[in-house]
Amino acid sequence: MNDNEMKTVKKEFMWVDGRRVELNGERNVLEVVRQAGVDLPTFCYHSELSVYGACRMCVVEDERGQILASCQTPPKDGLKVKTSTPKLQKHRKMILELLLSSHCRDCTTCPKNGKCLLQELAIRFSITGIRFNGESFKRHDLPIDNSSFSIVRNPNKCILCGDCVRMCAEVQNVGAIDFKGRGSGMMVSTAFGDPIIATDCVHCGQCAAVCPTGAITVKCDCPAVWKDLYDGDKQVIAQVAPAVRVAFGEEFGLVSGENVMGKIVAGLRMLGFDRVYDTSLGADLTVMEESAEFLERLRSKENLPLFTSCCPAWICFMEKRYPELKDLVSSCKSPMQMLGAVIKEHAKRHDVGDSKTIINVAIMPCTAKKFEAVREEFYRDGIADIDHVITTQELVKMFREAGIVFADLEPEAPDMPFGIHSGAGVIFGVTGGVSEAVIRRVAEDKSMEAILDIAYTGIRGLEGAKEAEVTVGDEKLKIAVVNGLKNIDEIIKKILAGEVHYDFIEAMACPGGCVGGGGQPFGLKPVKKSRSDGLYRADKLSQIRQSEENPLLAGLYKGVLRGRAKELLHVHY
Amino acid sequence: MVEGKDRATLDHILTSCNGDKRALIAIMQKIQHEYRYLPRQALEYVAKKLGVSPAKIYSVATFYENFSLRPKGRYIVRVCDGTACHVRKSASILKTIREGLGLDKDKTTTDDMLFTVETVSCLGACGLSPVISINEQIFAEMTPEKALACLNKIREKEAGNYGKKREKIHL
Repeated sequence: MNDNEMKTVKKEFMWVDGRRVELNGERNVLEVVRQAGVDLPTFCYHSELSVYGACRMCVVEDERGQILASCQTPPKDGLKVKTSTPKLQKHRKMILELLLSSHCRDCTTCPKNGKCLLQELAIRFSITGIRFNGESFKRHDLPIDNSSFSIVRNPNKCILCGDCVRMCAEVQNVGAIDFKGRGSGMMVSTAFGDPIIATDCVHCGQCAAVCPTGAITVKCDCPAVWKDLYDGDKQVIAQVAPAVRVAFGEEFGLVSGENVMGKIVAGLRMLGFDRVYDTSLGADLTVMEESAEFLERLRSKENLPLFTSCCPAWICFMEKRYPELKDLVSSCKSPMQMLGAVIKEHAKRHDVGDSKTIINVAIMPCTAKKFEAVREEFYRDGIADIDHVITTQELVKMFREAGIVFADLEPEAPDMPFGIHSGAGVIFGVTGGVSEAVIRRVAEDKSMEAILDIAYTGIRGLEGAKEAEVTVGDEKLKIAVVNGLKNIDEIIKKILAGEVHYDFIEAMACPGGCVGGGGQPFGLKPVKKSRSDGLYRADKLSQIRQSEENPLLAGLYKGVLRGRAKELLHVHY
Repeated sequence: MVEGKDRATLDHILTSCNGDKRALIAIMQKIQHEYRYLPRQALEYVAKKLGVSPAKIYSVATFYENFSLRPKGRYIVRVCDGTACHVRKSASILKTIREGLGLDKDKTTTDDMLFTVETVSCLGACGLSPVISINEQIFAEMTPEKALACLNKIREKEAGNYGKKREKIHL
């Protein structure tokens, strides 16, 4: 077509509450309405999951007075809807009253207090009384499933929105939970009602991330951390994962993606942590070890593709679903476990803790890390390398409990000798970060231009599966960057069928990588993009961009790690 | 893990449905027909073969009243509690049968695995109400006494040919 030729673009519109809204490929009326600035309430709609249409909170009224569930209605040119009419208000209140009539309303002692969508909507719709006596249907004595290290399932608080079921099946392809029974006896259950730990659950915590109520919550390990903080015979050391710093501020009214590492460090010291280290240094160690391993495998042409091993939920998935792939997975420990082992070894050698017991607390965006930390592989001489793992959300709780005014904190730097990281280490928190860091390490051209060019090979971005090609020496290497276990499952199937070939595969269980981890703060707004932007900004601001240039590493390899790198940094699952 | 004869049986059922996960319910019905209930190992085996999560199969199994995850007796007694049967006092028949067999709402199968007692919403034989069915046979115009007599007859017969294939009950 000639560039100068005039084109008429037919635009399509819908009317929301009398205002015209342009349609831009939204998938349903709900998205259009939200685009128009109206926050329609829902329990069961999540953009990344299939449409379920169970809660009926998102109803709108069309011109003929017909009630439509907006999540299930495709947008249409000329469609006119109202989002708030007496009829709709009545419906929504009725739904909330019915849900609440059989819900245990012990809000003040619920772990989800203040974060519960049911509570929030009850406030929004001014529910002051409940006309129905749901006593006979009220669930209060269903057993609570405490078996997992990562999540707690309390079916008494379930409103059957099915978000967890769809998340587990559709995004993670795990399917550990599903509905059981029907009618008033329906509940979310594992197969045969087994405890969740005995199922295919990989501990990713995405079910807890989408649960609107307190039915699935992240296991709280704060009490154990408080106990150790107040114990004079213990030296408590914190390490903070990359993805935590760009999400933490959201809970205190700061912009999503703002790097608040300095404030977190200051706050941790106020809580009583004796030392604060940065897990990004662990990530730098991972880059060194994994790159060496990758180059070695390329040389010997054995055990390719190399799968990354940072993500404990992916490891768990691999063990349960594809144990035959074990040898392809990198033998590197995750950054958290590497740093944990190094901290304890360093303390032993230099007696920095005045003979106090060292307690390693890891602050992670991840619920699966809780499970990783208690794996027997990570106990040496009966002592765990990581003693406690708390998620971003749990640390927020501890800050609140301690009365720390986060906004007023003056940023501080982490402690030495584990407080300096490279830009490559900090981008571990986002999908594609591990690959980019490894490419920086194995690339022969280390000029700044070349380093910057890696960002444009296609490995950045939050898509579920990406490919990139890089040239190392005379070899063209194919790299796959995958997040979400379903995407990983699909790629593995293709590899096993011989349809595709890769040399290096970065696998992260949570959508978007660690920034979207199950332990991160969650809300209605899509925050993964801003969090990942935040990490790439942190990379840009680093004077050191490649892991091997981290000045602390040389000391470590000459000191603690001399002759012991295999023992301290690698693992055989 | 399922082995030997059971494995062959299940594989046969799966092949007869082309190993298609859309035929899940049909597969489950065939398993139930074979074992008179849905054994856990069988469901786990099928889940693996079909590429469906065990939780999903459990979900289907618990959704339908007709599926049972607990072993059932050799004779399944269904007492109709549809409207017609209900108004003609099916409740007292159910009560008598349960009392006679030492069963209740939760314990539905006798310890000797001979009888399982269930209710059913309608057997479509309202003109003959109240009705009960034992396995595939319908018994019309029941009273508590007649029902108990049926069960006793079965029991006597079973005592005589323990372990043999079950026959039609002649009353």
